[in-house]
Amino acid sequence: MHNPVINLEDVRKSFTLHLQDGVVIPVFEAASLAVGRGECVVLTGASGVGKSTLLKLIYGSYKPLGGRLLLRQEDEEIDLAHATPHQMLEIRRRTIGYVSQFLRCVPRVPAVDVVAEPLLALGVARVAARERAAALLRRLRIPERLLALPPATFSGGEQQRVNIARGFIHGYPLLLLDEPTASLDTANRGTVVALISEAKAAGAAILGVFHDPDVRDAVADRLVDIEALRAAA
Amino acid sequence: MSLEGYNFAYLDEQTKRMIRRAILKAVAVPGYQVPFASRDMPLPYGWGTGGIQVTAACIGPDDVLKVIDQGADDTTNAISIRHFFQETTRVAVTEATAEATIIQTRHRTPETPLREGQIVVYQVPIPEPLRWLEPRESETRKMHALADYGVMHVKLYEDIARLGQVATSYNYPVLVNGRYVMAPSPIPKFDNPKLDRNPALQLFGAGREKRIYAIPPYTAVRSLDFEDHPFEIQQWDEVCGLCGAADSYLDEVVTDDRGGRLFCCSDTDYCARRRAAGHLGPHGRDAPEALRSS
Amino acid sequence: MSETLLQVEGLTKRYGRTVACYDVAFELWPGEVLAVVGESGSGKTTLLNAVSGHVVADAGRVLYRTRHEGVVDVLQLSEPARRLLMRTDWGLVHQNPRDGLRLAVSAGANIGERLMAVGDRHYGRIRGAAEDWLGRVEIDTDRIDDRPRTFSGGMQQRLQIARNLVTGPRLVFMDEPTGGLDVSVQARLLDLLRQLVTELSLSVVIVTHDLAVARLLSHRMMVMQRGRVVELGLTDQILDDPQHPYSQLLVASILQS
Repeated sequence: MHNPVINLEDVRKSFTLHLQDGVVIPVFEAASLAVGRGECVVLTGASGVGKSTLLKLIYGSYKPLGGRLLLRQEDEEIDLAHATPHQMLEIRRRTIGYVSQFLRCVPRVPAVDVVAEPLLALGVARVAARERAAALLRRLRIPERLLALPPATFSGGEQQRVNIARGFIHGYPLLLLDEPTASLDTANRGTVVALISEAKAAGAAILGVFHDPDVRDAVADRLVDIEALRAAA
Repeated sequence: MSLEGYNFAYLDEQTKRMIRRAILKAVAVPGYQVPFASRDMPLPYGWGTGGIQVTAACIGPDDVLKVIDQGADDTTNAISIRHFFQETTRVAVTEATAEATIIQTRHRTPETPLREGQIVVYQVPIPEPLRWLEPRESETRKMHALADYGVMHVKLYEDIARLGQVATSYNYPVLVNGRYVMAPSPIPKFDNPKLDRNPALQLFGAGREKRIYAIPPYTAVRSLDFEDHPFEIQQWDEVCGLCGAADSYLDEVVTDDRGGRLFCCSDTDYCARRRAAGHLGPHGRDAPEALRSS
Repeated sequence: MSETLLQVEGLTKRYGRTVACYDVAFELWPGEVLAVVGESGSGKTTLLNAVSGHVVADAGRVLYRTRHEGVVDVLQLSEPARRLLMRTDWGLVHQNPRDGLRLAVSAGANIGERLMAVGDRHYGRIRGAAEDWLGRVEIDTDRIDDRPRTFSGGMQQRLQIARNLVTGPRLVFMDEPTGGLDVSVQARLLDLLRQLVTELSLSVVIVTHDLAVARLLSHRMMVMQRGRVVELGLTDQILDDPQHPYSQLLVASILQS
């Protein structure tokens, strides 16, 4: 692939549980994967074998133990395996968006501000950021009265939609999606598919995990079996 | 009591030398509290031992001494201290401010303007202006050293917030020579402007707390205030009942048990001079005999 | 030291033969929060005191990028210069608000004191600034003349924060700011801190034993054990994928809510 947005080369990852006599749980030996602009790659495979782990390795929530994770950020190529924490924070602000399975709710912050926050971090004016956040939440059919409320009391599906909005509010060049449609009804699943298509059309590279076969078929340009990645050596 | 058995001015020469060194240091650093080895004096702490030691270190046979307490030459304390110096030095004494070379005072500055060559010695109970907020000596010394005086304005702020104006009416803190914040002793704030650029040498002695400080002649002394709440002195609607003065600090005196009262100058010498010069206040001729004499 | 605000190198402090903190090094950027975590005795409070100059370190440098005088080693500053820095550009929020407040003077005076200490002499302006900050930390402005003695613990802590922030510092040290507060009060305080950090682009070093506080507030985290740094990295990485055995122990000890 020419100029992938993210290029994993021989990535190695295992977990060492020091509290359990140093038991080692291997996950990847030499995983390699590339995702290009405007492409959506979907990871398939059974639960618990490493799909989320791969996303987290790229996002920096997990620490890779070997190999390279080459990210193209504007004109530079950065190896995420050796990026400093400070660099990772900048990369997360500008380049990599992440929709996780769970919304970690900060108490007392209204939903519209939760979604607007990534824009504020990029220097967008508060009023404009909140308008864009509100528009996106409405598109995801969040009732008007909930916009000013903290998401802690929302239903699972509503929280998931706040999470999604936060991930799509800024045009990240690389989007990591972990089960974004798990708790959604048909209509909202359709909206998420549309959001993904729009992101692809804008040139974003997308790496995602989708359980729902309809959504997967609608968005995937390529399927990668996680077991194959794990077996590679 | 005769002079036999006592050194001139009661203190031995070494002690006087030590105190003079402290005074020189104090004069060299206006407003800075210089520690000194305060001696046992023949009167308890709280009665002016600091002022007496400073006077004793400065006084010579040709000096003319005046002693006042709350502006009056004839209160018990003023009389006792004046008598003490008469017995131990045989110097001339006076009640006339203009004739004195050394004036020891408690809680007032003389109304009569002072001139070069005169020394005013103030009796000081608590020399440390920051003590109300900071009980630790180690900390207040640091605050002075670093000119860390924010807390003084905190006190003023608190007064204005609670009372609409600064409540401190005596011992009002001042900034000396633009550097040290100083407690001018419990003189009324009315007297603070007199400290500023005074031609006389002003010395301050605290016996119990063992500190001496000084304001050299013609030194800038500024009372602390806010731009929008400037320092103001006390005002009276009345004038002195005896001499008619409108510009001196007035005491209020109850004259009978029928509610009669009289305002008169706290500075007895000032009042007497004015009356001798012919000024009379509203009660001039009718004032009780005891008040008219001095 | 390109755009870092603070760079600590080789910071060591001993008390007799006990090493309270040893060879500690970290950087801090504008607008970032660094949590220092570890159990009692890990050296985190000593570290805070050594960095801010409240105790004299035995070795190390604390390089700070001042507003106008370039980079200085705070440990080499004269006492007056250090005090001025602490009063203007730095803040220190104590665990017990009583240690960081003057209980005998009003809330307004507490907030205004730093302004007065750096020469502000206009009562109206000082009072105005105090009112403004009371509002920002969500204390009823009617209480401006009340003494902090009459405030609840949470209010005292918010007052302490206002007192520190009134001079617009760029770097704030916090020592367990939520310790001793009820859970709901903690939540409110943490939310306030998050907002202020974003609004004012504050850099914060926050010492805490509570990993939940660290997760909520900090971008990066430093784990200390017996005076040494054992892990330093992104907060979510250390909490989700701790590498060092002690980090794993700490994370495993969090009660799941």
